[in-house]
Amino acid sequence: MSFSWQSVYRFLTRAVVGGLLLFSCAGCGSRAEQRADLVIINGAEPESLDPAIVTGQPDIRVAGALFEGLVRNDPHTGAPVPGLAERWEISDDGRLYTFYLRTNAQWSTGEPIMARDVVYSWRRVLSPETASDYAGQLFYIKNAEEFNRGEIKDPSRVGIKAIGPRTVRVELTGPVPFFLDLCTLPTLAVVPEWTIERYGDRWLMARPLPVSGPYELVSWRINDRIRLRKNRRYWDVAHTQNDRVDVLPVGSANTALNLYETGAADIVWDKELAPSELLDVLLKRPDFHTFDYLGTYFIRINVTRKPFDDPRVRRALAMAIDKTRIVEKITRAGEKIATHLTPPGIPHYDPPNGLGYDPETARRLLAEAGYPGGKGFPTFQYMFNAAAGGAAKTHEKIAVELQQMWRQELGIHMELRQAEWKVFLAAQSALDYDLCRSSWVGDYNDPNTFLDLFMSWSGNNRTGWKDPDYDRLLREANSRADPAARATLLQAAEALLVRDAVPVLPLFFYRGISYYDSTKIQGIYPNILDQHPINAVRKVR
Amino acid sequence: MINAPPALTPRQRAWRRFKRNRAAVISGLFLALVVLVVLVGPAICPYSPNALSEAQFQPPNLRHWFGTDVHGRDLLVRVLMGARLSLLVGATGAGVSLVIGVIWGAVAGYLGGRWDSAMMRAVDVLYSLPSVVFVIVLITTLEQLFKNWLSRLVSIESDSTVRLLFLFVGLGAVSWLTMARIVRGQVLSLRTRGFVEASRALGANEVRILWRHILPNMYGIIIVYLVLTVPAVILSESFLSYLGLGIQPPQASLGSLIADGAGQINPIRIYWWLIVMPGGILVAMLLALNFLGDGLRDALDPLAES
Amino acid sequence: MYFLKRLFFLLPLLLLISFLAFVLVRVAPGGPFDKERKPASPEIERNLKAKYHLDESFGKQYERFLAGLIRGDFGPSLKYRSHSVTDIMTQGLPISMTLGLLAFGFAMGTGIPLGLITAVRRGGWIDLGGSFLAILAVCVPGFVVGPLLIMLFAIHWRLFPVGLWGTPAHAVLPVIALGLFFAGKVARLMREGMLGVMNAEFVTAARARGLSEGAVIIKHAFRLAVLPVVSYAGPMLADLLTGSFVVENIFQIPGLGVFLVNSSLNRDYPMVVGLVLLYAVLLLGLNLVVDMAYRWLDPRVKYD
Repeated sequence: MSFSWQSVYRFLTRAVVGGLLLFSCAGCGSRAEQRADLVIINGAEPESLDPAIVTGQPDIRVAGALFEGLVRNDPHTGAPVPGLAERWEISDDGRLYTFYLRTNAQWSTGEPIMARDVVYSWRRVLSPETASDYAGQLFYIKNAEEFNRGEIKDPSRVGIKAIGPRTVRVELTGPVPFFLDLCTLPTLAVVPEWTIERYGDRWLMARPLPVSGPYELVSWRINDRIRLRKNRRYWDVAHTQNDRVDVLPVGSANTALNLYETGAADIVWDKELAPSELLDVLLKRPDFHTFDYLGTYFIRINVTRKPFDDPRVRRALAMAIDKTRIVEKITRAGEKIATHLTPPGIPHYDPPNGLGYDPETARRLLAEAGYPGGKGFPTFQYMFNAAAGGAAKTHEKIAVELQQMWRQELGIHMELRQAEWKVFLAAQSALDYDLCRSSWVGDYNDPNTFLDLFMSWSGNNRTGWKDPDYDRLLREANSRADPAARATLLQAAEALLVRDAVPVLPLFFYRGISYYDSTKIQGIYPNILDQHPINAVRKVR
Repeated sequence: MINAPPALTPRQRAWRRFKRNRAAVISGLFLALVVLVVLVGPAICPYSPNALSEAQFQPPNLRHWFGTDVHGRDLLVRVLMGARLSLLVGATGAGVSLVIGVIWGAVAGYLGGRWDSAMMRAVDVLYSLPSVVFVIVLITTLEQLFKNWLSRLVSIESDSTVRLLFLFVGLGAVSWLTMARIVRGQVLSLRTRGFVEASRALGANEVRILWRHILPNMYGIIIVYLVLTVPAVILSESFLSYLGLGIQPPQASLGSLIADGAGQINPIRIYWWLIVMPGGILVAMLLALNFLGDGLRDALDPLAES
Repeated sequence: MYFLKRLFFLLPLLLLISFLAFVLVRVAPGGPFDKERKPASPEIERNLKAKYHLDESFGKQYERFLAGLIRGDFGPSLKYRSHSVTDIMTQGLPISMTLGLLAFGFAMGTGIPLGLITAVRRGGWIDLGGSFLAILAVCVPGFVVGPLLIMLFAIHWRLFPVGLWGTPAHAVLPVIALGLFFAGKVARLMREGMLGVMNAEFVTAARARGLSEGAVIIKHAFRLAVLPVVSYAGPMLADLLTGSFVVENIFQIPGLGVFLVNSSLNRDYPMVVGLVLLYAVLLLGLNLVVDMAYRWLDPRVKYD
């Protein structure tokens, strides 16, 4: 029987080629775009770029490039320096702030930026209809919380007033020592009233979009890229370095590294985007930069459950963790091990030392609590969130280490419970866990951004631990204007938290990693807030 | 035929045909060996699958034949434990797919008309629902209820057992859908063929026609798709684990070990054993399964000449 | 007539699916606005829920959803609050569809010939090698193939970009990574379909009439042999068109596949329901096409 391959092939090629031709035309539609002057890989896709809504770090970096507030971050230190306001006065009791706006401050569409724009923007954050997550950052302003709750309906009773066309007066509830730091947050940035009132929730899609910051928003395609263009009417435009900037959302460290290595991106600045297994090699390269910043990795303990209601048990757990092994074997970015919650490096504050690695004492404490050698200690669970979307599995690795350390040192058995993110959050809020993995990144350069988590009423407490003494110490500290007296009270509070009560076990302080070729990219300075204004970044050709 | 062969039952004839297929016999023996090693191996192995050590990321050597991972755990014993779990997952998925999928598809296709429409639309609805949400809801809402109910009947040692059970249910629930569609399509075509019409004309009853005449003509496609279902289920388990919905660490499956290993592929340095070892075992097992399936298919083929 | 009836029932079926998805995603624990950072007061959370009508009764919410559906509006995304569900779908769908169709073409274009060759040369070395390749394609997952392709073709030889989307060159590696698995499955199903009909009576008859083997394959055997592949093609194409989580993630492609998974994880209710509906329309439509193709390929098939 003769077999003709040719006829089979002719038939098949016709079918396949016809099909492919038909389909490939769909690909012609997407044209190649020109590479921007500067391409930055920025971590997760921003949920929003609306200053009133943003909370995440990647969101804040981009929203901060679009909208500026009265005060902005110094690119070198992150300290508050004049933004739209050229100067300000603070009353002697620290409760009245008067800001004077620049006369050359204007929107990208040409209109001047006036005091009423500031008042509108801040009231908008507080308005219940805006539903801003970070409205709480303004609660230090008189009547702000009441207005947000709907108890006060009249916005003019809130302590923000335009007392001249370019003069804003802010009245606070007390002497808030970190108020200027708060003013650098995008939450307090100035936004265009007429565009927002006209287009509603989708106002960022309006064109032209008036912006107050150094960059205009050209386009924003979710999971694709955010394209920025220099705002030529920005008051400090002379120092804006790049004309067009692309911001890419990338979730996986390997993808980020690949894009960087082949030159598709200039900068990668998210600590999650450096593959931890390779750090021993990568950190030796000149284009990898690490720096300390305000972030702590810790464990929450549910103190409402037995046997964790006994502080001795909690202290025993703390002292049986070999934190050095964790930072050397797992995280590997040169993190400092933590015994206290507040990261070192905050001005005017020296955190108190907590409990160190001491398995001997740990075993004794556990025996005192009634579980010698772990006998009779119930099996408990350690909950951690799953790393979705190709992110590093650091939490899982740390959990595995802890499981073995506690088994070896204390003879107690812990099960791991990996939960999907929303389940994790729900369980944490409902105190439906024994121990769980946690972390916190400070919003502003002050111990309060860490310590007020564990106030009795705080929604971020989530340990069940309540101590009136702790609440009192913090409240007293924040009513003091003298930095030294305040620091002493804060230290006493933190010592109570990490030495005696121990509802949380700090493991290590985060270390930021960014990578870029510093012979070509300049203007990124390490600072504790991990703030690197995009307009200060310079590409040398 | 010169010498009339002694009368053999169809089953004996099939067995005889199977034995003559060398690739299939070797594959069958290989699979049996793998199952044996996976069951016995971890007990013999000097390392525990969860014991940490200082020997982080060691390439394969005489102490650790498959090397070690980030925690310094022995990879060989983890691969064996993982393969045990993956085989279980794969077998469950394939079993559900075989029983529910084949019956559902065959009945729908054979009855036709309104029955076919209703049954196939049910498949479409199940297929459309997002499996991630499905598994989340299944695990979070039912797990607690089920755990309470189960703990009253028997004492369970740990939570992960319950989670594992749910994983099986969840994966089984979606694994039979495509099988049902394929079988139904075949039946639609077969039920109009000459031999079916002939037996119907001879007055054979419907169940018998389906069982004796249509089903044997589909052995091939069923076996082939079944073999394809096994890797699909094993890999969807690893995807769910990757989202935090599957098995609980420190337990591992072959799929999750491969997923971990895949994370190691980068331009700087590759810990190759983390991907090659679990991946190689999975590929070898599935290849053997496939050739075994081919052998079975040929042996059961009603049209094959002896 | 049969197909008209099917078309008519499409609408209630889609409604049922959207209802199930609507319920299912709300039953899952946690809500769209749960974050690691709790807002400073519970009122803030309440304001958020009120703004997006999540504080209303279930029935009222569903009513609102149906009313929106009639206007062709799925509502705002609750994760990306400045974008509507429609915004995100119109951005991602064309990209996922391009990628999916190319991968479909690739899977069919390589799977069918491979299946045919292995069936015709059954038992020989070609069969063994071909089957080996097909099985390899099925059991090496996309999250291994993708990085390997990048390592070799994008980083070592610098032939294609490592990721992102834009030019035809960007599509090559993702299409292969996405299509390989399906190509393997198609090859196995095609081989099996072919083996099933090669010995059937009418094929033997055609041979007896002295037709060449090639002609027998094309004119008679192929039409029936391709039926299992066609059955599989419906769900496969629906899967491919709506994008793949793994491949889009690895190659940083702005398609819909990532949303298909992440919207569920984020409890982005409107997004989940919108995507389920989109997927269901594709799946039901394609399965209808598949059944029509069946009758055309095998005229004896009857549905009534």
